[in-house]
Amino acid sequence: MDTFVNFLSGLFIPLLVFYIVGFGLLMKCPVFDAFTDGAKDGFHVAVSILPTLIGLIAGVRVLRASGFLDWLAGLLPRGVLPVPLVPVILMRPFSSSAATGLALDIFKEYGPDSYLGRAASILLSCTETVFYTMSLYFVTVKVTKTRWTMAGAMLATAAGVAASLWLA
Amino acid sequence: MLNGIWAGMLLIGIVFAALHGTLDQVGQGLLDGTGEAVTLAISMVGVMGLWCGLMEIARQSGLLQALNKMCRPLIRWLYPHIHKDDPVQELIATNMVANLLGLGNAATPAGLHAMKELERLEEQRRGAKTEREDARPVPKGVASNEMCTLLVLNISSLQLLPVTMIAYRSQYGSVDPTSIVGPAIVATAISTAVAVVFCKIMQRRKKR
Repeated sequence: MDTFVNFLSGLFIPLLVFYIVGFGLLMKCPVFDAFTDGAKDGFHVAVSILPTLIGLIAGVRVLRASGFLDWLAGLLPRGVLPVPLVPVILMRPFSSSAATGLALDIFKEYGPDSYLGRAASILLSCTETVFYTMSLYFVTVKVTKTRWTMAGAMLATAAGVAASLWLA
Repeated sequence: MLNGIWAGMLLIGIVFAALHGTLDQVGQGLLDGTGEAVTLAISMVGVMGLWCGLMEIARQSGLLQALNKMCRPLIRWLYPHIHKDDPVQELIATNMVANLLGLGNAATPAGLHAMKELERLEEQRRGAKTEREDARPVPKGVASNEMCTLLVLNISSLQLLPVTMIAYRSQYGSVDPTSIVGPAIVATAISTAVAVVFCKIMQRRKKR
């Protein structure tokens, strides 16, 4: 299992790039022009998240510097989940950027290559903003009774959390 | 939602600091945080530029459309009561492919459009009488099986390559920022598999 996962990590990006560019050439697409066109959008994406990052990193920094996060960690029962990850897990269904802010705090405190850093990275990659997505999608069609959506969404999120703790 | 969360972070942090005498660190933390955000965003320009550039090649060369077609049999299996010529399948496929590739900007409009089409489909079903227990329409304002499935799959996260996470990791000094790609793909596969099994079970149950 471990070898397979590492193999995937090392080869996925090079193979993907090879495939996309190769397919582009095969289809006679002006690959470099297309690339630079798209890269411009990437620039806008990166710049447009800056205000969010400033706000949330500042917010998490305040929680960290005040000692609140350590105090919270002291309150939580030990054993089931690694304590520093609990705020990330709790925040994840509500806000993607706030959860990212908390994960970045873990990177800073424990390092991105530590168990906690890796678990936080995987966790944010395999779960979604449950409540935001549900309200956005259901408001669009004026649905108020969501039947089994919440149960399914929470089950998938729990599976993602468990998988991250196991694979980190 | 974020308004409350953000204000809560700041206010709780400051009140807590005032009670514990850590206000100077909080001031320092605020300023440090802003600098950190700018460095992070700049490092994101590279990774996001690379990824969006590659995705533009995929779009212009027809790779995204080819992926859409490949998703069709899967969609027919996941949404068994949608007619095989219904245009909503195209939207669901676009939403799925965009989610797989982490193109949030493309996934959401397609997903919302798909929701509207699913509502239209349900409206049609309300007009037509059916004897089949599992194909009976739901009343207005209630989510249909298809809507629930679309939402649960979207929330189970399909994204294969966590592009922004790789950028963040490298910015915080990771020795091997991409080492989480494999675990992330496996974890995503697990959460999605759980979602699919759950949807298939719930689709078979009788409606209320």
